[in-house]
Amino acid sequence: MPAKKINVGIIGPGNIGTDLMIKIFKYSKFMNPKIIVGIYASSDGLRIADKLGIGNSSTGIGALLKDKSIKIAFDATTASAHFKNAALLKEAGIRAIDLTPAAVGPYVCPVVDIAAHLDAPNINLMTCGAQATVPIVWAIGTVTKIKYAEIVATIASKSAGPGTRQNIDEFTQTTARALEIVGKAEKGKAIIILNPAEPPILMRNTIYTAVAEQKKEEIIDAVNKTVEKVKEYVPGYRLRVPPIFDDDKVTTMIEVEGAGEYLPKYSGNLDIETSAALAVGDLVAQKLLEKEG
Amino acid sequence: MTPTGKFIRIVDNTMRDGSHAVKHQFTIEDVTAIASALDDAGVPAIEISHGDGLAGHSFQYGFARETDEAKITAVKKAAKKAKVSVLLLPGIGTRQNLQKAVECGAQIVRIATHCTEADISEQHIKMSKEMGLEVFALLMMSHMEEPPKLLEQAKLFESYGADAVYLMDSAGALIPDMVHARVSTLKNGLKIEVGFHAHNNLGLGIGNTLAAVDEGATIVDACVCGLGGGAGNAQEEVLVAALDRAGYQTGIDLYKIMNVAEEIVTPRMPRPQIIDKAALALGYSGVYSSFLLHTYRAAERFKVPPLDILLELGRLRTVGGQEDLIVDVAYKLANKKS
Repeated sequence: MPAKKINVGIIGPGNIGTDLMIKIFKYSKFMNPKIIVGIYASSDGLRIADKLGIGNSSTGIGALLKDKSIKIAFDATTASAHFKNAALLKEAGIRAIDLTPAAVGPYVCPVVDIAAHLDAPNINLMTCGAQATVPIVWAIGTVTKIKYAEIVATIASKSAGPGTRQNIDEFTQTTARALEIVGKAEKGKAIIILNPAEPPILMRNTIYTAVAEQKKEEIIDAVNKTVEKVKEYVPGYRLRVPPIFDDDKVTTMIEVEGAGEYLPKYSGNLDIETSAALAVGDLVAQKLLEKEG
Repeated sequence: MTPTGKFIRIVDNTMRDGSHAVKHQFTIEDVTAIASALDDAGVPAIEISHGDGLAGHSFQYGFARETDEAKITAVKKAAKKAKVSVLLLPGIGTRQNLQKAVECGAQIVRIATHCTEADISEQHIKMSKEMGLEVFALLMMSHMEEPPKLLEQAKLFESYGADAVYLMDSAGALIPDMVHARVSTLKNGLKIEVGFHAHNNLGLGIGNTLAAVDEGATIVDACVCGLGGGAGNAQEEVLVAALDRAGYQTGIDLYKIMNVAEEIVTPRMPRPQIIDKAALALGYSGVYSSFLLHTYRAAERFKVPPLDILLELGRLRTVGGQEDLIVDVAYKLANKKS
């Protein structure tokens, strides 16, 4: 454990923000959760922050901006709120790690492209569907050119909050773009399905790719290695069906079980976002600490 | 004699739900011929889209031979009187797809969600209403929930501005008593029209549609020759005759629609639309009808019986759109066997 940690703040004490706060509190190597801010005094997340001895405020982002020791802020609000927050954070010289689909900054997936964006003022974590599937597309893409990538994310109804429900087109569009930009597929398509079955299902993802070359052994090897890498920061990330080959189509299925910290285990879709945020935050914080020397 | 019976609006689904039965391979020539003949027979609305709605063109649901846009344009051109309808499933298609469809001539937009997930359709319904379209909102797999839950969801659709709410018997799993209970609950609880979409997996396509109409449904779906997912839908030419006998009007010429079936649609069918063992299993275990041909393919690919796959899919309480789970289940069954 390094003696020194970077102070970070969280905007939005909803399900995602609260889960992330707990993860940073328990597991972060380089970050200290100093404050969480929201707009409702009744937020469960603020109450938990109190219990953990983490600073909190229900009067918006102001308290976070005022604290000059904060170097990184995670935004777990909504895309429209992040557009405003992004400008304020930039002005205050605070790095933004964005968990909304606002995409002010570059899309980042911890196993793929974080190294290129460690100094970016604003980092976007795409969508949960993209965090779960882009690594597989990218892995296959290291073996052969991908003409087309299509993913289907199936999520328990209980685990899809109002943000996702009211903006479902943003999910499919952002995920499709991430498959192209980060996954390096020539063309991407995304589908999301909500399933209300009880007990709630775990997050499932099917990844179809149309590959230029059917290098089976190499593709299987690349997928297996990448799954292991994702597992390092999302322990519940599992290969459900290893690559199946039908002509130029490769089908791979992934299941994500949540860590069950603040959110239930079936919320693998939310867990993978907060786990990615923790992983990315630690890398950014580590680099900041190195600079400070 | 002037007909005096209540008017029931039939929305033709031959080329939309029927798209499943031809694995989405309708050509522009097919679409033009069918739409012209339907229009001539007096069908008031013709739906055209990929079987899984706009943008359904995919590995997951099957790649279509022609784009949605080309097919909508062709139907619009062929239909002199009939309105052109399109289907959209939020999560698959987007408002962008909808916008394009309207530019090509769509006049009715039908927005479908699983019957517990109505709130994912708010943006799409509101946008469609703002564009001046007629909007029907569809509750899929309506056998899976009881009437009060369906009404709660239907009211969400109503609050977003939908002109009608449909009960979709996507799995062909309803029996007439269940149709009566569902339609009457919606009819009593809503101010807007109620519609019904049948599948014939239990041989009740026509019977259930009549049950829905008797409870006050005023819009119903049908497909010429029954062409559709699973064992197909309410067979349109038969429904026109049966509604006529039951004292309702459809505005459709019975002789002409019978000829459309025999001369235009039948020659284009790759397989007869029957209730085979697997189609019956869909209805019996409550599985989404368009899973049928995907299940046959997976059964062959992984050498497992299609019935085993379908029963497992029923047990897992799969919903519409989860075609990838067919491969998942077949793969697991094959591995268990070996």
